[in-house]
Amino acid sequence: MSKLQKLFISFVTISFLLVGNAYSDKVRIGTEGAYPPWNAKDSSGNLIGFEVDLAKELCAILKHECTIVEQDWDGMIPALLMRKFDLIMAGMSITEERLKTINFSQGYADEVASLAVMKGSSLENLQTVESLSLSNKNSAKKTLDQLTKALAGKTIGVQTGTIHQNFLESGDVGNVTVRKYKTQDEVNLDLAAGRIDAALAAAVAFTDYAAKSKKPVVLVGPTFSGGAFGNGVGIGIRKGDNSSTVGKRDAKLLKDFNRAINTARKNGIISELAIKHFGFDASM
Amino acid sequence: MELLYFGSKGWGDELFTAFLMTIAVSITAMFIGILFSIIFTPLKLSNNKLFNFIANSYTTVIRGVPELLVIYLFFFGGSGAVMFVASIFGYNEYIEINAFITGSFAIGIISGAYSTEVFRGAIQSIDQGQFEASKALGFKKYIYFFKVIIPQMLRLAIPNLSNVWQITLKDTSLISVTGLVEIMRQSYIAAGSTRDPLFFYSFAALLYLILTFLSMKILNKLEKNYSRGF
Amino acid sequence: MIDSLPKLLSATLTTLKLLSLSLVFGLIIGLIFAIMRLSKNKFVSNFSYGFSYVFRGTPLLVQIFIIYFGLGQIEYLRTTFLWVILKEPYWCAIIAFSLNTGAYTSEILRSAFQTIKPGYIEAGKSLGISSKIIFYKIQVPIAIRQSLPAYGNEIILMLKGTSLASTVTLMDLTGVAKYIISTTFKPVEVFIVAGGIYLFLTFLIHNFIKFSEKKMRTN
Repeated sequence: MSKLQKLFISFVTISFLLVGNAYSDKVRIGTEGAYPPWNAKDSSGNLIGFEVDLAKELCAILKHECTIVEQDWDGMIPALLMRKFDLIMAGMSITEERLKTINFSQGYADEVASLAVMKGSSLENLQTVESLSLSNKNSAKKTLDQLTKALAGKTIGVQTGTIHQNFLESGDVGNVTVRKYKTQDEVNLDLAAGRIDAALAAAVAFTDYAAKSKKPVVLVGPTFSGGAFGNGVGIGIRKGDNSSTVGKRDAKLLKDFNRAINTARKNGIISELAIKHFGFDASM
Repeated sequence: MELLYFGSKGWGDELFTAFLMTIAVSITAMFIGILFSIIFTPLKLSNNKLFNFIANSYTTVIRGVPELLVIYLFFFGGSGAVMFVASIFGYNEYIEINAFITGSFAIGIISGAYSTEVFRGAIQSIDQGQFEASKALGFKKYIYFFKVIIPQMLRLAIPNLSNVWQITLKDTSLISVTGLVEIMRQSYIAAGSTRDPLFFYSFAALLYLILTFLSMKILNKLEKNYSRGF
Repeated sequence: MIDSLPKLLSATLTTLKLLSLSLVFGLIIGLIFAIMRLSKNKFVSNFSYGFSYVFRGTPLLVQIFIIYFGLGQIEYLRTTFLWVILKEPYWCAIIAFSLNTGAYTSEILRSAFQTIKPGYIEAGKSLGISSKIIFYKIQVPIAIRQSLPAYGNEIILMLKGTSLASTVTLMDLTGVAKYIISTTFKPVEVFIVAGGIYLFLTFLIHNFIKFSEKKMRTN
């Protein structure tokens, strides 16, 4: 390296050091801010919702200083990996597939997934069992066959990179056309506009939209759980290893937050927040 | 119209802040771009093959790949690269780069590729005979450069630089991925929250039109001043 | 990363389809608006100027969002035949791209028409050739030749613009790249491969335009 090159690199590095804050003990939590009522933004640009409130409670229990960072859903896990934040609380379900890349805390809430259509749709009178668990493939088969028949040739909207997308693309309900959107807001808009025949997401995402927009969105079919739908929603965190300072810190954060979730559950904080935001107790 | 109220009810104040943010990011990015072109234009014009290759790769790659991809790459790869450089100097902690800097740099890199081409074109179209003339007059090389080349180059470059400015301004609409709340991201958030995309995207279009209109007026004036001669 | 290549390559076809359709429509739109712009009727020429000003003065992303999400919101539209087209993200993207490139193309063609030396037209007139024939046989070919370099740039800008189709759910090259990232969580690698494909396409277009320029000059 010539002197000039060295000078240039140090200049660049120093200027970045000046503009950025070096890492502190603050815990940074990433959320999407576009998946109401789990997480959303109000008209003043503040992050709100179940997970924003819960994050504050958990940090209070741990006496940690926390900041909540907004991140688009499609970059959520990459941003965690590149250390833009330390934890994900964004309605992210604990699934086998994600566990290959990141770790999860214990679940803090149950996400009940459901199909939604507009009133008057041919799917509106779909008669199925009330809830479908994919943990046992044999007992689920009858309902899945029924869904396969009903959804044949239909276009269904989901948010990109979600359990809902994985389920529809798994072939469990045959070959449906899956249209993938950047945010749930966009899914809702196109469902209301009639661009898609149905949508699949957390049931509360649809009921919240129906209540706020006064649009006739109705839930149809069973509620889904198990299998591709994962085991509840948890806090996403980098896989800690004890070989580096960052890894040690991540491992400790996981332990701490598991403990905080336990405490919050025992004290009824999670149930209380769930009832406030979802209208029912979705804690787990 | 309620949607545009200032305060906690409407989106007026948020959109106004976002409008200012777009201006700030555009100016910073344009400035970074010009800094880039001050580095790369001489490399492009140099007789050194390696320098040529570096500068040509920069302008070709950046102008040949969609802006959205460049921004994504910068966003996901950029902080990793900074941390890598920092680790060479023994600094291993997380470095947080704020969204404004990330956004301005991402757009600045793109803007720089275009302004490098503009400066190269401008310098190349200056009559080579002038170099001989100033030599004959006994000018020193750097005097020749600052007194003869630079003023002429600026005069030739300004009309095309105003095109680069318009490109830069419009490209800022793509940096919402970095989380920076400029016009486009604010409209996106407002459209999602109020479920009224038609209104907010049309309003965003209007804000951009105001910006392009105003900047055209200012740049035209600047152009006139410069073409008056020295 | 090698395993994502086939998926990306097949998505490249979608990108090329979007590009070529938009260019064809854009050229037609551009030609119409260029002629309108040169019209002696103030209203017609101002209308054309306004069209190109609005589409060149706003980001393509805003345009595509207004057409897709904005128009989709109007309930009345959904009852008309227009909805058959606007319902499809594919056609919404094509409409946005065509109007956008049409606006730029109209500017390129207008300035090409204006730089044609009046002498050519006079010469044709004095030979007794009708003005219609002069227009199609002299003005249009000269304008095309004059505007080729600028139009080549526009094609490359449009190729890059098609990456925004991914924002309205289309699975073009960028859309598929994002989709792969949603399961592999490796954005840098995937975007580099996708960027390489775009770069290669730019290279092809660039050389094709150069070749056409040469060909036209020798004719």
